[in-house]
Amino acid sequence: TSAVMAVACGRGLLAPLGGRLQAGPRAPLRSIAAASAAAPLYDVVVSGGGMVGSAMAAVLGHDIHFRDKKIALLEAGPRKEYDRMPDSYSNRVSSISPGSATLLSSFGAWDHVCSLRLKPFRRMQVWDACSEAMIVFEKDDLDDMGYIVENDVIMSALTKQLDAVADRVEVFYGSRAVGYTWPLPSHSCDTSPWVQIELADGRRLQTKLLIGADGHNSIVRKEAEIKNIEHRYDQSAVVATLHLSEATDNNVAWQRFLPTGPIALLPLSDTASSLVWSTSHEHASELLAMDEESFVDSINSAFWSNVNHTDFIDTAGAMFRSTISLLKPSGTAVRQLPPSIAKVDPESRAMFPLGMGHAIEYVQHRVALIGDAAHRVHPLAGQGVNLGFGDIACLAYHLSVAAFNGSDLGSLRHLLKFETERQRHNVSLIAATDVLKRLYSTRLAPLVLLRTWGLQATNALPPIKVRI
Amino acid sequence: QLSLFRFTVKRLFSTSHSSVDSEEMKKFQLLAHKWWDEEGEYSALHSMNDIRVPFIRDTLLNMSSNYHLGNPLSGVKILDVGCGGGLLSEPLGRLGASVTGIDPLEDNIRTADQHKSFDPVLAKRIQYKSSSLEEIVEESMETFDVIVASEVVEHVADLEMFIRCCSQVLKPDGSLFITTINKTQLSYILGIVVAEKILGIVPEGTHEWEKFVTPEELERLLEANGFSVKTVNGMLYNPFWGSWSWMEDTSINYAVHAVKSGAQGQSSPTDALSEMESEQHPATAGTTV
Repeated sequence: TSAVMAVACGRGLLAPLGGRLQAGPRAPLRSIAAASAAAPLYDVVVSGGGMVGSAMAAVLGHDIHFRDKKIALLEAGPRKEYDRMPDSYSNRVSSISPGSATLLSSFGAWDHVCSLRLKPFRRMQVWDACSEAMIVFEKDDLDDMGYIVENDVIMSALTKQLDAVADRVEVFYGSRAVGYTWPLPSHSCDTSPWVQIELADGRRLQTKLLIGADGHNSIVRKEAEIKNIEHRYDQSAVVATLHLSEATDNNVAWQRFLPTGPIALLPLSDTASSLVWSTSHEHASELLAMDEESFVDSINSAFWSNVNHTDFIDTAGAMFRSTISLLKPSGTAVRQLPPSIAKVDPESRAMFPLGMGHAIEYVQHRVALIGDAAHRVHPLAGQGVNLGFGDIACLAYHLSVAAFNGSDLGSLRHLLKFETERQRHNVSLIAATDVLKRLYSTRLAPLVLLRTWGLQATNALPPIKVRI
Repeated sequence: QLSLFRFTVKRLFSTSHSSVDSEEMKKFQLLAHKWWDEEGEYSALHSMNDIRVPFIRDTLLNMSSNYHLGNPLSGVKILDVGCGGGLLSEPLGRLGASVTGIDPLEDNIRTADQHKSFDPVLAKRIQYKSSSLEEIVEESMETFDVIVASEVVEHVADLEMFIRCCSQVLKPDGSLFITTINKTQLSYILGIVVAEKILGIVPEGTHEWEKFVTPEELERLLEANGFSVKTVNGMLYNPFWGSWSWMEDTSINYAVHAVKSGAQGQSSPTDALSEMESEQHPATAGTTV
């Protein structure tokens, strides 16, 4: 993690533009002159039509200072129609923070989400498998802490809002970008100053600003030769849609840290919840292979079993807890019990490997990275897509100001402001998540004690909890 | 060299004064290709756009009731005098204005033309011409809604004639925007010694303190030639961040917004009022009878 912090914060203050005017290798000019004459010129091209890329294009499309601008969104997959949501829940869900909800409502997408389906939650209970330590998050005014929304629902809302600004935003489905050609520094006059994009079907586009939203294996990032700090965790996440034994208010998000990794239950409705279980690759494969009854038993046992407790830790924890309740009577919360699972949706079990990543630079001349292309984080904090939405809010703000100032949209001057703001925010969160992941991956008594006391103390101290 | 020769000849044989100073032209000739390097010799001018474009844009928006979303300056005809490589013309063009950029140095115009050529929208909205201000007066009487003369008047040979020409090509009630450097001890220390010799923010020899103009003198010349000065704002450059900001103090850099009086010397009621006030306070700087 210190490597992450050191390298990610490496950009010096005094030389912000130094050496960054030119992205990537000096590309061979090939037949630029002829091709660029024909290729249509866009003000902004967003590469990647997932949740973050689509939202970026939609936000710009709805910005008043972009009324006369041309925006393109490149998506490799086909256009998905979302006329009706199927009755069963999808197994890919995201925890949407109130800040992200605000962004989505700023261009009308949140209304669509609400009219489809979502589940607000008011409380988060996080606890350790090796001790009784627990931390509970909830807002004082019992407001919604966040929302569990299926990714398909978000995509449906975004597609609708993109359709609404189709005169400004052109969406290219089934279009994969296979090559990018970077412009030479702008004062060398003879060649095109724009980014050239070549699609798989041979079509070419030109753009003044390329936004890479193409996921953690971002081609934009690789072609721009932006170094990426990455680390594959020895964990995979297992997802599934679960049905509760009995209907309940189900407005609490549950997460328990097992030594093999955190298991989380995210509410979908009064009777259904979504599972995100991060565990070792072998265990993940086992979970997928076993029959449905055994799978359900594993989940219930993971949440309820105390097999990892030791007397030593239990005593130490209890002592600490009584000390806290002397000093701060309200500092120990009542532990609620998570719901028990009755069955799992057939076909809903899936797994994917987990990793962490952070791009050293988010921007270069005429290029910006957002979402997983810039940073990839462990799901234990439920932050992944929220970081991406945060990137969008920040970049859209700076681009809007730049457009209203008549600036060249690809200019590093405002792109660097976006990078500084977001790196400051993201690096600490990614580092903290990484630390938490490592801290909770062990049974070793000293570390368990440390995190037990740490968790109990954090639970008792409002200022820290509010910051989280 | 050919363009320089041509101008020298013109100067010898022209019957009218020229506002163009040939010594000044030589200085800019050497840097004609460096305009668009955002980190290069002209980086301070690039970052000046961050305050001078909003200043022009917001002043014009406040004065008009028409507003086109996405193209706030649509329909406005702007003359950018001393446009150089087009650093200010391009943002104004992007905001929707029809811009005519003039500069006596042909190489500057060539750089500007080439830079705008890749953007079809700008290529249509901006026209560049290698010319001095006097040379376009005849064909452009009362043609422009706005004139911007940014970082120009400190290089001009005859300031009063320059202002008079501005008045001639500007429509009545049209706006004139000027940014320039004050003539003070502070501007000598910071604007020349520090900026040119020590920090190298401005290429050495670019400015001559003798030709700097105080805001009081500029106001006097403007008011004497049919303009009403509406705004004077101080500007400050922070070399550490490479950014500009506004400040009350006009001791170093400053910006002026002036409006050409309406038809045939009739001033607006507010102008008449301020004239009366200034007559009652003869000690006020800048308003001599």
